[in-house]
Amino acid sequence: MEIAQVGFIYFASVIVFCAIMVVTRRSPVHSALFMLPLFFHVAGIFIMLDAEFVAAIQVLVYAGAIMVLFLFVIMLFNVHNIREKKCFQAGWPVSVPFVMVLCGFFMSIILKSGFNGTRGQYSMEVMKRIGNSQAVGNALFTEFLFPFEVASIILLVAMVGAIVLAKKHID
Amino acid sequence: MVPLSWYMALSIMVFSIGLLGVLIRRNVIVIFLCIELILNSVNIALIGFSHYLSSIRGQVFVLFIMTVAAAEAAIGLAIIISVYRNKETLNASDINLMKW
Repeated sequence: MEIAQVGFIYFASVIVFCAIMVVTRRSPVHSALFMLPLFFHVAGIFIMLDAEFVAAIQVLVYAGAIMVLFLFVIMLFNVHNIREKKCFQAGWPVSVPFVMVLCGFFMSIILKSGFNGTRGQYSMEVMKRIGNSQAVGNALFTEFLFPFEVASIILLVAMVGAIVLAKKHID
Repeated sequence: MVPLSWYMALSIMVFSIGLLGVLIRRNVIVIFLCIELILNSVNIALIGFSHYLSSIRGQVFVLFIMTVAAAEAAIGLAIIISVYRNKETLNASDINLMKW
């Protein structure tokens, strides 16, 4: 077994373990804290796939911003009300087999498919020459310029909307 | 060399766990965390395809998904705060005003 496969198995097992812990822990604080190693290991998976820029953004945005937002919001609530006895829906004996069947269905699809597609221009040699960040930036500011501007408007609307929704009294 | 189907299998497993969490948890905050899990699984799949098909578009798409995830987390948590202020609950089953 190669070193890359060992690395993948380590990252994948930690990711799946943390995901299961997020779903099964009673306290939302524990769930949120288990998300943190999950995000870091997803960033490790991205680095294994030669996507260094996206891995850095993953750590900055998910682990840095979104998790802090979640933890601050959990802090705002009364912790005694959060700790409930029943943390699962009554229909969980139906949901678990349903999701397992769905997972098996998807797995059978990926085992059958060969993943043949048209290859792009960013092969390993090109990426080594120009670097990952420059390649992403080139695509972002030429081909995807309009979606990039739309993304900035989405963030602005989200910021204004979050302030308006969370305000105490709207006059 | 790790085959692409391994990354797809990881993505599918994280997606299924996230979907399970959305279906079975009562707490609204944990449901939001599970939605983040699902978005992360999609990111893994996109980066995997982008690497194995020598294309950069998957990585650009992941950046947009992260933007939407950040906006969704901010708006969603603000909605949760205002719902908690009105109904004093975080239980998804208690928020049933629009239920049939």
